[in-house]
Amino acid sequence: MSDTTDSFSEPYIELTDVVFSRDDRRIFDGVSLKIPRGRITAIMGPSGTGKTTLLRLIGGQLKPDSGSIILAGESVPDLKRKSLYQLREKMGMLFQSGALFTDLSVFENVAFPIRVHTRLPEDMIRDIVLMKLEAVGLRGARDLMPAQLSGGMTRRVALARSIALDPELIMYDEPFAGQDPIAMGVLVKLIRDLNHSMGMTSVLVSHDVPESLSICHHACIVSDGRIIGEGTPDELRNHPSAKVQQFLKGHPDGPVPFHYPAANAGNDWGIDGGGG
Amino acid sequence: MAQRKSDLVVGLFMLAGIAALLFLALQVSGLTPKSSEDSYTLYANFNDAGGLAPRARVSMAGVTIGSIREISLNRETFQARVVIDVSTSVDNIPADSAAVIRTSGLLGEQYIDVSVGGDMESLSDGDTFYSTQSAMNLERLISNFASGQ
Amino acid sequence: MQWLADLGRQGRELIESLGRSGQFLAGFLLGVPNARVGFPLLVKQLYFVGVLSLAIIVVSGLFIGMVLGLQGYTILSDYGSESAIGQMIALTLVRELGPVVTALLFAGRAGSALTAEIGLMKATEQLSSLEMMGVDPLRRVVAPRFWAGFLAMPVLAAIFSVVGIWGGMLVGVEWLGVFEGSFWGNMQSSVSFTSDVLNGVIKSVVFGFVCAWIAVYQGYDCVPTSAGISSATTKTVVFSSLAVLGLDFVLTAVMFGDF
Repeated sequence: MSDTTDSFSEPYIELTDVVFSRDDRRIFDGVSLKIPRGRITAIMGPSGTGKTTLLRLIGGQLKPDSGSIILAGESVPDLKRKSLYQLREKMGMLFQSGALFTDLSVFENVAFPIRVHTRLPEDMIRDIVLMKLEAVGLRGARDLMPAQLSGGMTRRVALARSIALDPELIMYDEPFAGQDPIAMGVLVKLIRDLNHSMGMTSVLVSHDVPESLSICHHACIVSDGRIIGEGTPDELRNHPSAKVQQFLKGHPDGPVPFHYPAANAGNDWGIDGGGG
Repeated sequence: MAQRKSDLVVGLFMLAGIAALLFLALQVSGLTPKSSEDSYTLYANFNDAGGLAPRARVSMAGVTIGSIREISLNRETFQARVVIDVSTSVDNIPADSAAVIRTSGLLGEQYIDVSVGGDMESLSDGDTFYSTQSAMNLERLISNFASGQ
Repeated sequence: MQWLADLGRQGRELIESLGRSGQFLAGFLLGVPNARVGFPLLVKQLYFVGVLSLAIIVVSGLFIGMVLGLQGYTILSDYGSESAIGQMIALTLVRELGPVVTALLFAGRAGSALTAEIGLMKATEQLSSLEMMGVDPLRRVVAPRFWAGFLAMPVLAAIFSVVGIWGGMLVGVEWLGVFEGSFWGNMQSSVSFTSDVLNGVIKSVVFGFVCAWIAVYQGYDCVPTSAGISSATTKTVVFSSLAVLGLDFVLTAVMFGDF
């Protein structure tokens, strides 16, 4: 690692030429990406382009067909099971559904990673959990069960759980999807605050353009298995690529066609005189 | 608190399982600590062992005193050779006692009844019953009767 | 020729699935259990899998024992040997119906619940989130459920047999008037502890292993959608039932075949 004075510019995660396919479908075709330490990086793109898959590749849940993924100086795909699990203790991940354990209360959900990975005494665990819940504004909800929470609260509890062990890296999988404007505002504030106060490297996967661009320092747009645009939010807004512009502005038709590829329309309606 | 309660219930559940197994052992299969008590071996040769089966009981005056361990064919005499385990608490069976194959009820299982002799000597481990009476064969009985023999 | 290709493909998928389930089994059986963490989890699952199945097991056992008592009595009284009813009920329950019916009920009650629970945890990303927290879901989620099923089965089968015998006695002795002494006496003289009771226990242990394995595997391997979970739950019940009945034949042939 180079000894730079600006620690922000040093990549925490570095993907090089990552190729990944699932069921003979190529999802990533040579993706290279640098995620800077201590900053919020947004990965955006249309649905179904494998943004979540990218997070799973970083977390080592999936292995790429080729290419390298370096996280904090370690090559994730080559790690042995045990070191992978150790590395994951430094990561937090916020799943789209929250993924709270339905049989545990809010308190126990947040306490779970602490109980598993440390042997702290019970009163200390209590203090940490209440602190984390306070950070997401849900200290009063500690005795509720996940089924009693609203979607936004579920995600906030899940966030408290992801940061319970003060990870170096936190990955957000579609944090804004399906949230009402208030809940969205709360999450935007929380993500920004966490990054500011704790200096966590944050990776944000989303297709909510305005929210993502408003908080990220660095953004990239994935489409068709490649990165089609990258840079600061302002750089992206002025990006020359038509595809990037279509995605950012949400035009229904453009380089990404409105129509799913189909045979000549005439054949389907029998106008072309093919006679079947 | 909930954890303590479920611990207790699960403990009771496992205990119920052990109790059920004990019940099966003691009450259903009649396995008593006494049945593992020492026994000694006697032999009896029958011309026809009939439906006698291993584990069948051996009784004397209607009281069970042992069980059959094994039934095999003696290749020289072509008789059935029955190995009997008799409880050591009955160690004074007169040496001229006879082993008789009987049937409990009309269709019940067959067992060996020891009809008591009058000898002063007793059978001891490894001895063979001097006299035996084979299984009553209903078919043979009827055919004997019919042919007037 | 299409059917031949289909057959080949299905055969290959079946073998692949067998291979996956074997690896899966090895994956959590070979993991070294951590008593501090594992034991409370096991107790909790024993509660769900075992204690909560108790009601259906007791009720079914009681009715099956009572039916055996009634049927046995009508058949045996034709031969005037209704006192053999105890022997008939006990042997039927201890050797066959205890382990088999318990396993079938267990697959329907607890096996399907295990599959649905694990499948739902997969669908709601709880398993993924465990992995991302550095916790192996095979050890944390699957292993306690498997061992709970494995341990609960013999206990439930023993309870089933005892309740069934009691139900049979209720009908035979209390209602139909078979002499109680000959009920128990016949039973005790014909039921052997090693070859009947213990073989029944061995059967239930084998069934417990197979049912628990199928249930957790189907849950873990399911397609994480509502359709996938429902098909996995169905598969658990169907495969477990077939496996239990098939294995029962094999085990019976091995254990009692020399009669």
